Amino acid sequence: MAYPAGNKYTKTHEWLSVDGTTGSVGITDYAQESLGDIVFVELPKVGDKVEAGKLFGSVESVKAVSDLYSPVSGTVTEINEGLNAAPETINSDANETWIFKMELADAGELTSLDSLIDAAAYETFVSEETGH
Amino acid sequence: MTDVAVQLRTTALNARHRAHKAKMVDFGGWDMPVEYGGLISEHMAVRTAVGLFDVSHMGDIQLRGPGSLAAVQRLLMNDASKLQVGQAHYSAMLYDNGTFVDDVVLHKLSDNDYLIVINAGTREKDVQWVRKTIGAMPGIHINDFSDYYTQLAIQGPKAEATLQKLTDTDLSGIKNYWFTWGKVCGLYNVMIARTGYTGEDGFEIYIPSDVPTSERVWNEVLEAGAEFGIVPCGLGARNTLRLESAMALYGHEISDTINVFEAGMGRYCKMDKGSEFVGMAALAEVQAAGGPKRKLVGLEMVERGIGRDGYKVCSLAGEQIGEITSGSPAPFLKKNIALAYVPVESSAVDTEVAVEIRGGLVKAKVVPLPFYKKPKKTVVS
Repeated sequence: MAYPAGNKYTKTHEWLSVDGTTGSVGITDYAQESLGDIVFVELPKVGDKVEAGKLFGSVESVKAVSDLYSPVSGTVTEINEGLNAAPETINSDANETWIFKMELADAGELTSLDSLIDAAAYETFVSEETGH
Repeated sequence: MTDVAVQLRTTALNARHRAHKAKMVDFGGWDMPVEYGGLISEHMAVRTAVGLFDVSHMGDIQLRGPGSLAAVQRLLMNDASKLQVGQAHYSAMLYDNGTFVDDVVLHKLSDNDYLIVINAGTREKDVQWVRKTIGAMPGIHINDFSDYYTQLAIQGPKAEATLQKLTDTDLSGIKNYWFTWGKVCGLYNVMIARTGYTGEDGFEIYIPSDVPTSERVWNEVLEAGAEFGIVPCGLGARNTLRLESAMALYGHEISDTINVFEAGMGRYCKMDKGSEFVGMAALAEVQAAGGPKRKLVGLEMVERGIGRDGYKVCSLAGEQIGEITSGSPAPFLKKNIALAYVPVESSAVDTEVAVEIRGGLVKAKVVPLPFYKKPKKTVVS
């Protein structure tokens, strides 16, 4: 399964994994595949406030730049500094490679957010987007 | 309103690319592979072993007849009278104002027979330009042979060893930018040129463009190169390879708003060749006025960040002074590099500039070109 069922997804191709009041954010396997060889990740800073649907960083492959949008609002508590030296980790395992972790602003908000979709809905969305 | 789907053009190898599961893109109206197994590995294969490119989207214009040399001299800025039969050189077609219609490789097939290899995205424009500019000159026939050839580029230090397995022609006897005809994969009279767009040693072969022949040769080259680690390479690697080698791409470093001297191509522009070419008068004026005001330079990012096509080049104080024409991570050099136009006074090597990347200024410096130069061949005695 390309998209773990326990995660939530955005139509801008980020995933969110929630553990209590902590959210981890990464990009989907579809996103890494579309980008190709990833060479640069622009990380947020610990303590940054991120907002649902707002820009928090970018991922760059040799060919392209892709902006990253936070699935939910919160405060950055941890960043994956390993990505500075080895951004290609995202290519090898997008599902397990989180970019940052945050303290969720409102864990209860998750269920009410229309912008987040589940794995099955994301897979359908991607197949519609690529036309196969 | 109904949407009219634009029909992309395909090369004879389109089905092969799809079978290789290539990512396909619209490149100047052509459905072309951008990468197969990963741009970086394709790039590295060409620098260290060998890669195979389908470049059949390139166009081929033949000029034939007793007036062909005069026509070529009028059409192109380099001096074709210096070419021997079997020799090729880099040249360009210019507008009257000294800017670029396209850059080309001119091949002298015989005394009254030239082949001009042109870019894919400018094919129709180029053919029209050639017919308009020299069509009325005496003693020439112009033929557009673009659809007649499947053009394959076999590039990398193991290109010769790969192709040698498929031909009796002694490839070691073909010098850089020379060509010959020989039997390749059982096909007689195939043009074999030691040319390319990667900054690496390599060959381009021109075979019939029917699908079965094209697919057979494609497969045979891949089989022959397997022992050297050959991989099919897409336009993504083609772009990063040419960028590391600081070769111009039409629409980026050269265009109808950039003149020859700005692009740093004076060495291919022979003002003294003894006959006038289109664009020459305007270029003489540029020279008389003391040369160009802006210049193409190489930039290397000093701080973390990737300068890309169209990004602004600024002074360290943040004032825009120029623009990047091509920028990318360089997979072999492992640096972030760019080609950019800057004012002549900011073009000296080691000049510090800044690139505006998403609102922030990131430091870069001017470096010598090309960024990458292939190692000299070791002479084995």
